[in-house]
Amino acid sequence: MAQSTRVRGAKPGQGSWWAGLPGIAYLVLLVLAPLVVILIYSFLSRAKLGVGVKWEFTLQPYVDLFYSESLSGARSFDPTYVQIFLNSVIYSLITAVVCLIMAIPIALWIATRSPRWRMLLVFLVTIPFWTSLLIRTYAFVIILNDNGPINEALQGLGIVSAPISMLYTPFATIVGLVYSFLPFMILPIYASAERFDFRLAEAAYDLGATKLTVLRRIVLPAVRPGIIAGFILVFIPALGSFLAPELLGGGKTSMIANVIAAQFGASRNWPFGAALSVMVLVIVMLALVVFVAVARRTARRGSGQSMESLL
Amino acid sequence: MPQEAAPALHVRGVSKSFPTPEGGEVHALDNVSLSVADGSFMVLLGPSGCGKTTLLRCIAGLESPDAGEILLRGERIDGIPVWKRRVNTVFQSYALFPHMTVAQNIAFGLQMDKLPKEEVTHKVQAALSLVRLSDLGARRPNQLSGGQQQRVALARALAKQPEVLLLDEPLSALDLKLRRGMQLELKRLQQETHITFILVTHDQDEAMSMGDEVAVFDSGRIVQVGPPREVYLRPRTRFVADFIGEANILDISVAAGTASAAGIGPIPMDMWSGDAPPLTDAQHFAAVRPEDVTVSPDASGRFTVLDATFIGGDLHAVVDLGTHTLTSRQPAADAAGMCSGDRCEVSFRPGSLRVVEA
Repeated sequence: MAQSTRVRGAKPGQGSWWAGLPGIAYLVLLVLAPLVVILIYSFLSRAKLGVGVKWEFTLQPYVDLFYSESLSGARSFDPTYVQIFLNSVIYSLITAVVCLIMAIPIALWIATRSPRWRMLLVFLVTIPFWTSLLIRTYAFVIILNDNGPINEALQGLGIVSAPISMLYTPFATIVGLVYSFLPFMILPIYASAERFDFRLAEAAYDLGATKLTVLRRIVLPAVRPGIIAGFILVFIPALGSFLAPELLGGGKTSMIANVIAAQFGASRNWPFGAALSVMVLVIVMLALVVFVAVARRTARRGSGQSMESLL
Repeated sequence: MPQEAAPALHVRGVSKSFPTPEGGEVHALDNVSLSVADGSFMVLLGPSGCGKTTLLRCIAGLESPDAGEILLRGERIDGIPVWKRRVNTVFQSYALFPHMTVAQNIAFGLQMDKLPKEEVTHKVQAALSLVRLSDLGARRPNQLSGGQQQRVALARALAKQPEVLLLDEPLSALDLKLRRGMQLELKRLQQETHITFILVTHDQDEAMSMGDEVAVFDSGRIVQVGPPREVYLRPRTRFVADFIGEANILDISVAAGTASAAGIGPIPMDMWSGDAPPLTDAQHFAAVRPEDVTVSPDASGRFTVLDATFIGGDLHAVVDLGTHTLTSRQPAADAAGMCSGDRCEVSFRPGSLRVVEA
């Protein structure tokens, strides 16, 4: 009994693999499985009535992405879907850039408050998450309406004589997207900025740098990880967003998610909808590769100046 | 002599207060004036929270004083922004830019001066070799030791060839051995570059070994300025006597022309330092260094030894004076075999007692 017994079990701070099982099961069932289903469906034929698929291999859905057949059966290049993809990427990029420009000053301002204020302000940033995005997007229908408060105010002040049509335009879509995703840009940039040692800014001033130089060469490189994270967190969901283009863009400025929804709904072409979804996945992966490459390159170049080239 | 040269920096009546969280005010600087000779090494010495760093930040332009003026070579600088002042700072935290290499850190300040590229490269090399880091220009700050980071911070500030270099507790993060080495290094750099150095420290040894002049701070005021030896030998206040070196502070009362120390008794006139201020009938404080006190074993003595420690060849003794204690440091041979509880007598070296302000 006097012998010392070896303490069995994990060392403190060392995780057990089985504790991760529920999470792994969740990822496999709810993330990976639908992706596999989508991938398989995209290579199958359209079902007779349009609901579901016919188990017969074909590349037709991918051909349909780029070509259309006339009634006589002649196949010709059709830019419709390429254009929609391009629109979606452009809208998402504009959204991410606008969010970035708005988020940097906000995040830096919050990070320079006293710790008590910081907590409150971060809390305020998350307030939009309290209600559903659907309701908040409908609110923008009211705000941007021809008879909405913005037009009323502009007319009341005599700035315009007739209401400006904002609703059901690309502008409205982007306003909705920026509104939806701004917190996702502010929070990661704030997280980086909060850790920034503001004594470095003092040192830069001391060495003769003006405010703009300090921001450009000292502060922005320090919050770069937050900027990259924010850009990814905004760009990718924006690319697949459905509500803003549907409700605010009015279908006229459809983004890819709306087209996909139509394939599974009104158009009853599940394989084609699946092929479009696979394309979204490919674009997102390409975008990630580009982001990572740009981030690596600017990191290696190191000193200052990296921000302009990042964006 | 540096004292006779024109002042590089002149601080006149500078005050600065900060609000406290409780809604009050702290007077970090209270009507502070100081003149720093060109090419000299000035040390601002004081305990933490005494205002010395605030003065340094006011000179750098990182704080703006509530009152008073700061002149650099005769021209007022207290109104101009930090980036336009020909003054540079070595920060306590070093504040090296982590995303830049050592060379880029040093080049940053030179690029701000819009110097041509070749000149920047040349000056960066010169600064690196000045601090003996010529081979480490391509490293990142986090790949350097604390001592090396310290040298980079120095090189970065010195490369700008400022009129005055400000050093905010630059050695406090280094271990003792490195600190001694860097003290010599700083002294060498100051003498080689002829740049005026103003160094803030709470370490009196550092102040004594490096400063041409020492300005002692006490709660937002400068209480004494002078060469280290002068400040040590002729402390003006009780605080200075106690803070610089060790000192016994005695309560002196004067009655009928005779001065007496509380717990000891009358002090003969020849014990007083010749250049000390004259004694009046008021209450006084006197300072005496432990090395000027002799404790001798005496079975019929009036005092009791509380503690006797032999350190090397020295005896450090603490004697009970009733209300307070007296510390001595003397050659061990004088009092061999003395131990706590023994009776003793105390005496002072003639001319060693100084009257100090409260």
